[in-house]
Amino acid sequence: MYELLNNIIGNQLITFIIAAALPLVFIVPYVMVAVYLERKVSAHIQDRLGPMRVGWHGWLQLIADFLKLVQKEDIVADQNDKKLFVLAPFVTFVGAYAAYAVLPWSSAYVGSGADVGIFFLIAISSLAVAGILMGGWASNNKYSLLGAMRSAAQIVSYEIPSAIVILSIVMITGTLSLSQMSEMQTAYFWNWNIFGGAEFGLTKFLLIPFMFAGFIMLYISTLAEVNRLPFDLPEAESELVAGYSTEYSGMKFAMFFLAEYANMFAVSALVTVLFLGGYQSPFGYLGNTLGIEWLVPIEQVFWFASKGILLVVVQIWLRWTLPRIRVDQLMAMCWKYLIPYALINLIIIGLITLI
Amino acid sequence: MKTYLKNTWQGLYTVFVGMVITFKHLFTRSVTIQYPDVKIKLPERERNRLFVNMDDCIGCLQCERACPVECIQIDTVKSLPTEDLGQTSNGKKKSLWVTKFTIDFAKCCYCQLCVFPCPTECIKMTDVYEFSEFERANLIYSFATLTEDEIAEKNANYEKMQAEKEKAKAEAEAKKKAEADKTDNQNTPDSGAEKKE
Repeated sequence: MYELLNNIIGNQLITFIIAAALPLVFIVPYVMVAVYLERKVSAHIQDRLGPMRVGWHGWLQLIADFLKLVQKEDIVADQNDKKLFVLAPFVTFVGAYAAYAVLPWSSAYVGSGADVGIFFLIAISSLAVAGILMGGWASNNKYSLLGAMRSAAQIVSYEIPSAIVILSIVMITGTLSLSQMSEMQTAYFWNWNIFGGAEFGLTKFLLIPFMFAGFIMLYISTLAEVNRLPFDLPEAESELVAGYSTEYSGMKFAMFFLAEYANMFAVSALVTVLFLGGYQSPFGYLGNTLGIEWLVPIEQVFWFASKGILLVVVQIWLRWTLPRIRVDQLMAMCWKYLIPYALINLIIIGLITLI
Repeated sequence: MKTYLKNTWQGLYTVFVGMVITFKHLFTRSVTIQYPDVKIKLPERERNRLFVNMDDCIGCLQCERACPVECIQIDTVKSLPTEDLGQTSNGKKKSLWVTKFTIDFAKCCYCQLCVFPCPTECIKMTDVYEFSEFERANLIYSFATLTEDEIAEKNANYEKMQAEKEKAKAEAEAKKKAEADKTDNQNTPDSGAEKKE
């Protein structure tokens, strides 16, 4: 993709900028759809209708909300630490956006096909903590600080089980590159890692239950990493007003919001790549059967985006099902349950791969 | 160890149970009534904005007296004997011009106490409940049908009639007095002394 663009444009710098901006073309419409889904799903789960008045079934509601946010005054209070306060939302968004660099959208387009893709993803997704902590601290507000501290504790804790589960996948695939991992799960859906990988044999069937367990564990811990309910203690509107984003208004708040939704898709995409075949179609490609070669990458983008959005919808669905858990329960769940299970899972998968 | 495994199982299982429940609710019919577009039918004896049918009002002031917050204000003027105001729908003869009939809905407490005493059932509750205003003065509803000129005319008529009556009365009294004086003079002087007492 990069070479193709470079050939068309001819200027390396402009090519870089365009390639770097491409995920934004996805993120902005995706966030609109996700917020609309969030409101509609929440409403229908509670037997309400949700936004109905702006456009057909309220589909323009998010544009109206966005216009409202743009018009709002950008308040920076006297006692805020101004530099950090202004910087925090951008750091958070950069952390979320940087994760998109290594996501394999299709076999033709990978922002950066780095061989250490997954390593980079784990590292860079922690940048969000820095942003949140900066925001909470700079707000000079007790609620904000509490929320930020909770967020830091939560993300640091939940990175361990997710890293262990990722390690078990790395053990099977033997690569850290996300695009190679997707490539290994090609053809039909029974070749996905959640069904034991592409290699047919005894190991495949032995792996299936442990892969399901790993999938659930990774999903839970990524859910905690993006501060979604039932792990939304950093925001906890009934306890902490709005947590770290209490003091933010207007576009800075929108930036936090955007980062949250971008993060949701990033972790869903990670789970997709690791367990659900990445950009691979579950049942062959239309482009291959028709003999149109250029159609295949487009289909792959479609499958990648729809798998990711499906997992985002499950996140939304979970949010409106479960109540928020207590702080001690949050920690107990991570340290007493997820980490031991993930370790056992890792050992068993290691033993199976030895067969 | 057993409780540990049980906790794990319950933690997972109950989440799935909850998700099934919410998934079912996702497709049940919503209970929302889209208010300004769709309005729910109000119960039969709802109490909302009052309405006065001035054709039937006889100006008896019963509703004004019944009102606990004094939001109804009525002024009436007697009609001339020559004027015919017609009848109410239940056959009562009207004899008063209602020059002022205002209800202040900012004060009204919608207790419906004014509705029951009305002998002609002309004041009643409607089903209108959307009448908010930006100015408080706009909430004072006037139901009187007479124009300013007519009110002035009726008042003048009444005063004229009253003045004539006074005059007639004074004349009659003067006449009476004169007659009485006459009879007094005819009677014995004693009776005059008695009257003084």
